[in-house]
Amino acid sequence: MNAGEDMPAVLAEGLTKRFGDFVAVDHLDLRIGKGQVVGFIGPNGAGKSTTIRMLCGLLVPSAGRASVSGFDVGREPEAVRAHIGYMSQKFSLYGDMTVRENLRFFGGIYRVPKAQSAERMRFAISMAGLEGREDALVRTLAGGWKQRLALGCAILHRPPVLFLDEPTSGVEPQARRQFWDLIHELAAEHVTILVSTHYMDEAEYCNQVALIDRGKLVAIGTPGELRGHHLRGKLYEVRCMPLGGALKALAGMAGVAEAAIFGDRLHVVMTENGPDATQLSRLLADHGVQADSVREILPSLEDVFVQLVARGAERRVTS
Amino acid sequence: MNIRRLLAMAFKETLQVWRDPRSLAVALLMPVMQMAILGYGVSLDIRHVPLCVYDQENSQASRAVAERFVSSGWFSVSHVISRYSGIARAMDRSECIAAIVIPANFSRTLASTGSAPVQAIFDATDVNTTNIALGYAQGVVAQANAQISAQWDAAHGVHPSQVGTVELDPSVWFNETLDSRYFIIPGVVAVILALVGAQLTSLTISREWERGTMEQLISTPVSALEVMLGKLIPYFVIGLLDAAFCLAAAIFWFKVPFRGNVAALFLTTALFNLVVLGIGYLISVRIRSQLGASQIALMVTMLPTTLLSGYTFPIDQMPAAIRALTYVVYPRYYVTILRGIFLKGSGLADLWAPMLGLSVYAVVIIWLASRAFEKRL
Ligand SMILES: Nc1ncnc2c1ncn2[C@@H]1O[C@H](COP(=O)(O)OP(=O)(O)OP(=O)(O)O)[C@@H](O)[C@H]1O
Ligand SMILES: [Mg+2]
Repeated sequence: MNAGEDMPAVLAEGLTKRFGDFVAVDHLDLRIGKGQVVGFIGPNGAGKSTTIRMLCGLLVPSAGRASVSGFDVGREPEAVRAHIGYMSQKFSLYGDMTVRENLRFFGGIYRVPKAQSAERMRFAISMAGLEGREDALVRTLAGGWKQRLALGCAILHRPPVLFLDEPTSGVEPQARRQFWDLIHELAAEHVTILVSTHYMDEAEYCNQVALIDRGKLVAIGTPGELRGHHLRGKLYEVRCMPLGGALKALAGMAGVAEAAIFGDRLHVVMTENGPDATQLSRLLADHGVQADSVREILPSLEDVFVQLVARGAERRVTS
Repeated sequence: MNIRRLLAMAFKETLQVWRDPRSLAVALLMPVMQMAILGYGVSLDIRHVPLCVYDQENSQASRAVAERFVSSGWFSVSHVISRYSGIARAMDRSECIAAIVIPANFSRTLASTGSAPVQAIFDATDVNTTNIALGYAQGVVAQANAQISAQWDAAHGVHPSQVGTVELDPSVWFNETLDSRYFIIPGVVAVILALVGAQLTSLTISREWERGTMEQLISTPVSALEVMLGKLIPYFVIGLLDAAFCLAAAIFWFKVPFRGNVAALFLTTALFNLVVLGIGYLISVRIRSQLGASQIALMVTMLPTTLLSGYTFPIDQMPAAIRALTYVVYPRYYVTILRGIFLKGSGLADLWAPMLGLSVYAVVIIWLASRAFEKRL
């Protein structure tokens, strides 16, 4: 272990996982500095969980290498495990045991020093907001509490690196917010955290966002960098009815780089010298689509992501 | 190996067994039920076997044969029929277990040759009952034969005392089943321990896969050996408790004479337990669904223990190839040991051969088990 101060907490080089012919993770390079909160964003089947599992030493990489806290994932998986906390995508505490029993079990497995054991259990319980419910069977808890307890179990041994695989999926918005507060409290104590998520709004809470699609790292950077560097052209929000007809009209239009449905409206990316808002609204009218409003907006990460993924798909088609 | 992790594992597993109705039923109810079913099933004589009578002659002599079956007390006539197809129908409906067919020329053949065939048909679905019923029938017929031939011989000028040796006491058959209780009950204990032990451990790893808790567990620094030992410790204790219950039932309830010593019994039972738990654990590691694992465990324990351990089917009456196979089958050794300890009062020194067999088995299985579990998805 080369314990330099600038040693990255997580390092992956050409990390690859194949399942038969299928490449789930494709030559992924990743470098995460200590104390960073990195969001792992990607659609279903992008390879987020597979990457995290390799980093935890649960899956053997097909190619490439990775190290966590300086320990090689392939050669020293046990050392890696002693230095990480992991929350798998599927809830995986023991539902037939109580809050306290689960904590005690993981405390024993992680060999939390006896002197600190009681204090850390208390901390985990209060962090999860489960005071007074220590003797409730875990399967009777609601989603948010379950997830916070799982986090509590995963950090009992004070690991320097945390891998959280979609910790907030299926959790109500307020509980999601609370969960992210906890993540930032941990980051403030220099814990390095890799979180995967489906929710784009959560990406904004991260120091760094890694966009991953079909096993490939599409982009990585701070939310601001991603917004600034990766969206080409200008972004317009179009409110109109019907959305489908408008989308069809936009598809062949000169100067339109990208159009996608966002909830009840359209987001349209124009090339730099493409039409502006008024021109766009006129063009739409020519196609029989009456737009209620067209205005330029700041791109969200989701816009960036949609465009990056679409660009990737184009490349795949043309090559 | 770390004691703290080991204990955490063992404690967790104990809690889970305690809270899993299915495991609890297997651990606590199964031994009691099996002991009652198997223990009584093999050791109680069967009375009033339902009998179907097809008397084609309906003469005094033929009626006397049927009457003999009834008066023996082992059979009672459930059907009197006049067509062959009636037998199949009655057996299909499980309304009779045995049938006799007395041919139309019965009394004529008997009068002219001194012997006449009577056909007996048995429903062999339940081999145990059938065997016993067959024994009874042979007893009835032998007794009838003896009398008839004595009468016949007397009628033809031979003194009855000269044929007195032909007389067969059907109670021999009856007694044999009684004796076999002593023989069979130790086997029943082996069957139960194998069944319960392998069933319980077959669930232990597959349960974690099925519930999704395995992914969390293997992401911790717990070692494969700690997982195995931690998980087996509670089942080992349960296995010993079950063994104590079954053996006590054998001695105090079924009154099987116990002539050996308890230390030898404990040691060999612990050894057998290890083998059984190891097998269940191996299955559990390989099969990731609880249902699949428990079914395989049932097969792997039930078949060899009931068929090849010599528990009901005596090993020395098996064909040579199958007899050779019994050496590969672990319960054979334990059944031999139990019979030795119970019936012959054998000590450890007398039992070195089956003990060696069992020990080799235990070492191999535990060695395999300790290497089987990998902390990978
Ligand atoms: N054990 C496996 N065998 C075969 N294919 C697998 C296996 N595990 C994952 N995959 C495939 O690899 C791809 C990536 O899966 P992964 O679970 O890493 O995606 P993900 O980004 O976590 O998706 P989600 O958001 O749905 O959790 C998927 O297409 C999946 O079907
Ligand atoms: Mg996933």
